[in-house]
Amino acid sequence: MAQANLESAVDTATEGAHGFIRNLSGKKDRWGEADILPRLFLFFERLLMTLKHTPLNAAHRAMGAKMVDFGGWDMPLHYGSQLDEHHQVRRDAGMFDVSHMRVVDMKGERVRDFLRYLLANNVDKLQSSGKALYSCLLRPDGGVIDDLIVYFMNETWFRIVVNAGTADKDIAWMTEQATIRAPQLQITSRNDLAMIAVQGPYAAAKLWQALPEAQTLAEGLKPFNAVEYNSMFIARTGYTGEDGFEIILPAKAASSFWQTLNDVGVKPIGLGARDTLRLEAGMNLYGHDMDETTNPLEAGLAWTVDLVSERDFIGKTVLVTKPRARKLVGLVLQDRGVLRDHQVVHSSHGDGEITSGSFSPTLNQSIALARIPSAVQIGDTVQVAIRDKMLAAKVVKYPFVRNGKGLI
Amino acid sequence: MSNSNSLPGNLKYTTSHEWVKKEIDGTITIGITQHAQELLGDMVFVENPAVGRQLKAKEECAVVESVKAAADIYAPVTGIVVGVNSELGDAPEKINEDPYSAWMFKMKPDNTADVDTLMDAAAYQTLVDSEAH
Repeated sequence: MAQANLESAVDTATEGAHGFIRNLSGKKDRWGEADILPRLFLFFERLLMTLKHTPLNAAHRAMGAKMVDFGGWDMPLHYGSQLDEHHQVRRDAGMFDVSHMRVVDMKGERVRDFLRYLLANNVDKLQSSGKALYSCLLRPDGGVIDDLIVYFMNETWFRIVVNAGTADKDIAWMTEQATIRAPQLQITSRNDLAMIAVQGPYAAAKLWQALPEAQTLAEGLKPFNAVEYNSMFIARTGYTGEDGFEIILPAKAASSFWQTLNDVGVKPIGLGARDTLRLEAGMNLYGHDMDETTNPLEAGLAWTVDLVSERDFIGKTVLVTKPRARKLVGLVLQDRGVLRDHQVVHSSHGDGEITSGSFSPTLNQSIALARIPSAVQIGDTVQVAIRDKMLAAKVVKYPFVRNGKGLI
Repeated sequence: MSNSNSLPGNLKYTTSHEWVKKEIDGTITIGITQHAQELLGDMVFVENPAVGRQLKAKEECAVVESVKAAADIYAPVTGIVVGVNSELGDAPEKINEDPYSAWMFKMKPDNTADVDTLMDAAAYQTLVDSEAH
């Protein structure tokens, strides 16, 4: 009870703070100076002391979630069993609150030209409205600032979805670059939006049950395509290796949509299972498999970098000229145990490191992504240092699992 | 917080969340508590010490790994390992299902009186409650 009261107090305070921000950006000041100072103090105090909440925070708690601090966000780790949730997504359908991720709208004349220069992948691949592209945002030295999905809406509007922990840094970088090259663009952080992912072999069937009116419009969506439906933006994308959708919608509508999905049998899935699902699917996680000190070629993301066209983009020079000494591979542990991030990998060509390691619930053994010397070949056996032991792991191509089936 | 009713009164407890049961034959049986298994989540791997290994109190001697994390298990007292629960190798989830039945290993303490210095259920409950806040 005490906890519930505290939360509602925090929510109220946060709303007040948002009101204040809106007021700051407007021309007219509703409050006198005497009002603003205490409000400003309250806002920064809350900023320092409390975790950020998505619009679904209360829903997670009501569903029995174990909540954790995830990069400053109060997020569900699991709702009982991470393993059950993992299998739920592989075998049926589950939903994830990914509202902590940030939607950024970039609008204005010649926005395509700017993105052609800003992103490592080529937005010229996007020619039909709603088409999506995965790309890295690079530093001039080739280091990865973030990975993102960019959607082409029209020639004056592209929508970008970035990671939660990097959102502010990304927007600052985009704004800095736009100031130099495309000052006509408006870059808007859409903090008024929520995002829910529905994933699994029965995700589509259950989504049509929850949103019958959207079926005609959205059922023909191919992977990496999106469509607007009323105030919703429905994309056939995901982070699990299963069929599914990521739905962007107004924050105010998130709770009721979440409940509707629950009512048609889509179970809530926590961040724990989100991580094992994406690892099995061989999908990179920013901050683990790549960061500002690694370039995309060393992170298994060469397929997302367009070095073929004559187009110049930030980071290109380094990627073209620098030899690639390391590469990202999959590992499957041959023994009992669990591979974990940062464990050292020994090979006859030198040492490497596990960037993402865990237990694979689908394969019932431990798997990992590891950055190792380029000379190591698929099929080789390497040794991983786990506590006081050296355990054998096989170097494999990933993904490990796709559409419910093991590929190893 | 929520397990006050499920904490067995006949066991001793450590600050590192192992439970210890005194057996009639002078040996002790060791496992991890309900609180520990809840924190770790779904278990996927258990590594027990070798039978015959001599352990010092608070020495790292076993590992449990959940999908989420690895946790070291410590010897509650000084003594020798006299048995391990090999069933857990194939079924580590038994720890989640019933942590007080799914024992990990047995020891013969050098000094039986050492076991009495461990926490009783009430003291351990206080520790768990303090960690929850």
